Amino acid sequence: MVARSRREFLRTAIGACAAAPLSALGPARKTSSPRGRKAVVVTFGGGARDDETFTPEGQENIPHLLTELAPRSTFFSQVINRGILGHYVATASLATGVYETFNNFAAVPPDHPTVFEYFRRDLKRPAFDTWVVAPSNGFNRIGESGNRSYGAGLGAGVILPKRLLAAALSSGSNDGRYDHLLRDNYETPFYAPELGGHEVELNQVGEILKLSVSDFVGHAQSLRSADELSVYIARQLMRQLAPSLLWITLHDIDVAHTGAFSLYIEAIQRADRLCAEIWRMIESDPEYAGRTTLFILPDFGRDGDTDAGGNGFQHHRTGDALSRTTWMLALGAGVRENFVVDRPIGSVDLVPTLGSIFGFSARFAEGNPLAEIT
Amino acid sequence: MLPGDIGADRFGGYPPRAKRVALDNLELLRGLPLGFVPLLLGELIALDWAFPAEQREIDAQFAFLHGLPSDQLRPLMAPFAGLRLTPELERVDWVRSPARFSELLTAHLWATGQIDGFRAAAVEYMDKVRATSPPDAPPVPRLAIVVIGCGVTENRYALFRRLRPHGVYFRQVNPAGGWQTLREAVAARAAAHPVPYGHWHIDGGEPQASADPGVACVCWGALAPVRAILLDRVRKAKLAGTGSEALRTMLAEMAPRDLGFPETADPTLARFEANLLTEGSGTQIYSTTFVQWAAREALRRAQPVTLLARFAPRVRELSLGELLSDPRQKPQPDPQGSLIDADMGAYYTWLCQQRLSGAAQTRFLVWFGDRSEALAIAPALHPATVSDEPIGMRELMARCTIL
Repeated sequence: MVARSRREFLRTAIGACAAAPLSALGPARKTSSPRGRKAVVVTFGGGARDDETFTPEGQENIPHLLTELAPRSTFFSQVINRGILGHYVATASLATGVYETFNNFAAVPPDHPTVFEYFRRDLKRPAFDTWVVAPSNGFNRIGESGNRSYGAGLGAGVILPKRLLAAALSSGSNDGRYDHLLRDNYETPFYAPELGGHEVELNQVGEILKLSVSDFVGHAQSLRSADELSVYIARQLMRQLAPSLLWITLHDIDVAHTGAFSLYIEAIQRADRLCAEIWRMIESDPEYAGRTTLFILPDFGRDGDTDAGGNGFQHHRTGDALSRTTWMLALGAGVRENFVVDRPIGSVDLVPTLGSIFGFSARFAEGNPLAEIT
Repeated sequence: MLPGDIGADRFGGYPPRAKRVALDNLELLRGLPLGFVPLLLGELIALDWAFPAEQREIDAQFAFLHGLPSDQLRPLMAPFAGLRLTPELERVDWVRSPARFSELLTAHLWATGQIDGFRAAAVEYMDKVRATSPPDAPPVPRLAIVVIGCGVTENRYALFRRLRPHGVYFRQVNPAGGWQTLREAVAARAAAHPVPYGHWHIDGGEPQASADPGVACVCWGALAPVRAILLDRVRKAKLAGTGSEALRTMLAEMAPRDLGFPETADPTLARFEANLLTEGSGTQIYSTTFVQWAAREALRRAQPVTLLARFAPRVRELSLGELLSDPRQKPQPDPQGSLIDADMGAYYTWLCQQRLSGAAQTRFLVWFGDRSEALAIAPALHPATVSDEPIGMRELMARCTIL
């Protein structure tokens, strides 16, 4: 029912084709050789429900996804997450292609190799060719797994913009006034992160991104939210290093856990705008234009209004269908435009799909490559 | 420890009534699976401070379990008995700390993919309990009134969009004396139907000058000292390096006295208020969340016949730039954002009301306070209709057969 409403909406709004037999798929956009392919993955670490996005009532919140990106995309209307519905562990599962089972609130690496490790080891790519820009604390271990065959030294560089900002501010006369910047996990309002990980430090980022601390702080002061800061960092990475595999996790939407519906809606609207901005960054950059596939997907949904075990949009605790079901937009190189895939796919299908795009083997992943993306 | 090993001495820390019920049912508890008993004890341990409706429900569960023939009890308990648990869970002192066990069990069920099966079994169990002992019908049709939009000067947000299919959207309400009329209506119902914890006033603003007799009152402003103590305890725990889960356990185990409630406070209401702040998410920060969650919990737990919930502006969330320019600036109210929060909160309040007995007869009213917009749901009203008839609050309530 949920999936049908998504599909019907898209058809009405953008005149998308019905899902067709795979043999009937038309040619994708012209791309350069597989070696030149790039991919940008944008996840929402804070599920957005259909009610506030793709249903008729929610459409007003996603004008950019709706009118700019969806018509150019293949839209997967049913992405099912069968794992633990906690943001760090779920994002890690997206990145490994395996439903990870570690403690969501612990700063531990994923158990299985991440897409970044497959990418670097199989393709012999240097460290600067894959990056993660993520919300702070908790996500600092997502760049590489604890798997012995992969792991240390083979992962992605992880940039936690809010941590960097806090570090930049504390390098001045700050007396702890900015500690609240680290409160970015809303799954419990009192989240006290265990620190320690392998994220890139402030001075390294300055060198890598050719960005002074004062410029960084100065720009941050002009921003509305942490997600805008993440996209700013992603833009610098693309300009300076043009990584082939870039993973950006937006997290503002998770403010829903505070129970403030208006803030949740604002965050969805912001994510919508930022996704369009990322696509424009890709399209306008010669390093990326024409050979980059962009994936946009929430890590999972949120609880339905009518499930007595939850409190509607606020959490994702019930494991009901709405909280497990979300969507994915894929657009750019290798993707058919204006197309809807209505069959259920799994969250864990993303990594094998990236494997088929880049030509690496996601050998531990549980999912399967999506045949609609080449 | 497994349920079969429970000794009577394990219940020494239970409050008197809960202890008595536990000891009276010891043999029953010993025969139930580990995936079930601690959760039942989690309800039982709070029995002495539970609302009458909750006490009836706990009594109903024990009566149901006692009355169920073994050939029916076994299959009902089979999903719980079949859970794959761990020695670590067995080692938890779950008689004394059922909440701790529940937290660990939940994490384990998620990690092992058993959560969906567990939830289905729990729903089936409660459905059967309620089918055997249906909740009492309310003495008078339930009424919930939600007041939203305080402090809003101009609004462009389309209000009541989720509720409109269910009621009449009144667009020309004369607001004069509206709030007073609502309070009088609640007070009159409390006087006419004196049900313990049956009538509630939940307020997101400052304390009112006087409380209405027979009306349980929960007020965001009045709890400011409690919130200050709580946030200070949390801050100190974080500084001490307390992890997220340990913090949750610490909060769950806080008693009203730990939070500065006076000894003279109504123990049931004080415990309820403490739970709102220690178990709720965002209730410590935003008054709109506090009111919505308090209304939800009051409806779920106390099952009132009358509920008046008034939302007030919460503090505005500062942008990143504002935080950086002056992180210690005094928070300002956000009336417009609060209106949107409250509009959703009203919808959730109605949904919660619909889960109670007598749902078909319930009355519901949401009013954009001091403005001309309201929406009413009642058996006598035609759903999904709009009224542009000028109408006063007293007449509107009479129309809903509330008065």
